Amino acid sequence: MMRTVLLTLAGIALLVFLCFDWRSNRHGVLNVLGSTSIQPFAEMLAQEFNGREPGFVVDVQGGGSTAGIQAAMNGVAEIGMCSRNLKQEEAALFRQFEIARDGLAIVVHRSNPIESLTRSQVRALFAGEITNWKEVGGDNREVRLITREEGSGTREAFQKLVMGSTRISRRALTQESNGAVSELVKHDPCAVGYMSLGLVGADLKALAIDGVAPTMDAAKSGRYPLIRPFLFVTRSDPSEKARAFIDFVLSAPAQDLLRREGLIPIR
Amino acid sequence: MTTASIPVPVERGRLKVDADRAVRAVLTAIALSALSGLLLITLFIFKEGLPIVLRVGPARFLLSSDWYPLEGHFGILPMIAGSMAVTAGAMVISITLGLSCAIVLTQFCPPRLVAVIKPSIELLAGIPSVVYGFMGVAILVPLIRDHLGGPGLSVLASSIVLGVMALPTITSVSVDALQAVPRSYIEGSIALGATSWQTTHMVVLKAARSGILAAIILGMGRAIGETMAVIMVAGNTIEIPRSILDPVRTLTSNIALEMGYAAGDHRRALFATGVTLFLIIMILNSLALWFSRRRVGRGSA
Repeated sequence: MMRTVLLTLAGIALLVFLCFDWRSNRHGVLNVLGSTSIQPFAEMLAQEFNGREPGFVVDVQGGGSTAGIQAAMNGVAEIGMCSRNLKQEEAALFRQFEIARDGLAIVVHRSNPIESLTRSQVRALFAGEITNWKEVGGDNREVRLITREEGSGTREAFQKLVMGSTRISRRALTQESNGAVSELVKHDPCAVGYMSLGLVGADLKALAIDGVAPTMDAAKSGRYPLIRPFLFVTRSDPSEKARAFIDFVLSAPAQDLLRREGLIPIR
Repeated sequence: MTTASIPVPVERGRLKVDADRAVRAVLTAIALSALSGLLLITLFIFKEGLPIVLRVGPARFLLSSDWYPLEGHFGILPMIAGSMAVTAGAMVISITLGLSCAIVLTQFCPPRLVAVIKPSIELLAGIPSVVYGFMGVAILVPLIRDHLGGPGLSVLASSIVLGVMALPTITSVSVDALQAVPRSYIEGSIALGATSWQTTHMVVLKAARSGILAAIILGMGRAIGETMAVIMVAGNTIEIPRSILDPVRTLTSNIALEMGYAAGDHRRALFATGVTLFLIIMILNSLALWFSRRRVGRGSA
């Protein structure tokens, strides 16, 4: 009996012991969390940065822009990634660093004959006022709207740049990331969605807006009207690790990488 | 003859340790801690969610179709309708297929075949829900979109995925219930001249009724609580679905889609959605149990 009790106690002690993280580099992680638009680029930058052996590891996660801001607020992550402008209340609480700019692409299926739309047409589409593609010069098909979830920076940027005060239709299919939107539009000839311009692949068609095609030059020069900032936010002055990573991201080789991947560098 | 329940004090130096009572106490403490964990979670959800339901007004919360949390509108009717629709569809699929499977396995299958099929079905229960969701998106959704119309992401797709997920649960528990029917019932029925099928639906099913009902309740619990697979195939629109080909958003998907970034009232509204889910499950379970108790009371042999 005594032996059983002692063994049980020993077992519990072992479990408690295993609950703690005894790795010596526990303090050597920089958490970067937020926008799914910025995520793939941040992961590339993190890989480059980690490869230079800076003494700690950069760990990137998604979750959406608003989740990123909250993570930075709570201290869950040191850097929050945000793909929209900060609201006034938020701007007062955080330090922000613009690391690149990104275009917002309106994407349709490759077989969709439409090449260009005006901003007000896009607004009418997403408000649910236009329900058939033939109303804007396309085929006789119903319009299927793909939108992002409410906390998405991409959605906020879209709301601000295109919709204004008009609500996005309730009938829009909600997806959780740029990848999911891309998958859906890729396979559905009736679909229209919005996503990060830097992530549009050859299997989708990005529409020209107000006559301007979504090319890198047009985006850089500002002629393409749908541009949003990619921000890194920290709650107060960034820590040493965060500062090191941010400096790297703003440096020439990192900005070059972003440019090659389809973003608009800030220098 | 002494029985095991008489406590035997054991002397260890000056300490008298009652071994039996000590073990009983430890086990009771462990059981209570599990229960109290559950109770604490329930209390927390109600504490967070109930105030905002009362503030917005239960009628407006449950019956309004306006879900615009960032503007302060919290109406979850479309999500309630969505959960109900998807669960109903899933139950139709899983009960017909699962129960039939259980009946065939216990009444009409040779034992060697049963030894192969039953473990395979139980294996199905171990597949993670994300895999079902992924297969739904990759295979089922395009199929529905191309052949039946609509966006493919629909009540139908969700029902099929959830039905397949609840199937192993219903089959396993029903098989256990059917196998527990005493052989004397079956032999007696056959001795009276009934065919196999007559025996099955007139005697065996009635005798196993409460077990089968338990299986259905478990399956329903699985279907109504499933989140990941549903988010991937349901479409997540904030509108009450008008046909099975319409996209839908369930209560669970609502919580999962928005919890990551919700703050303040929005977050409390999501907890309130959790409270609603809790109450719906309680109501459904109570209805099922009450229904079964009524019938068993009247017609049990």
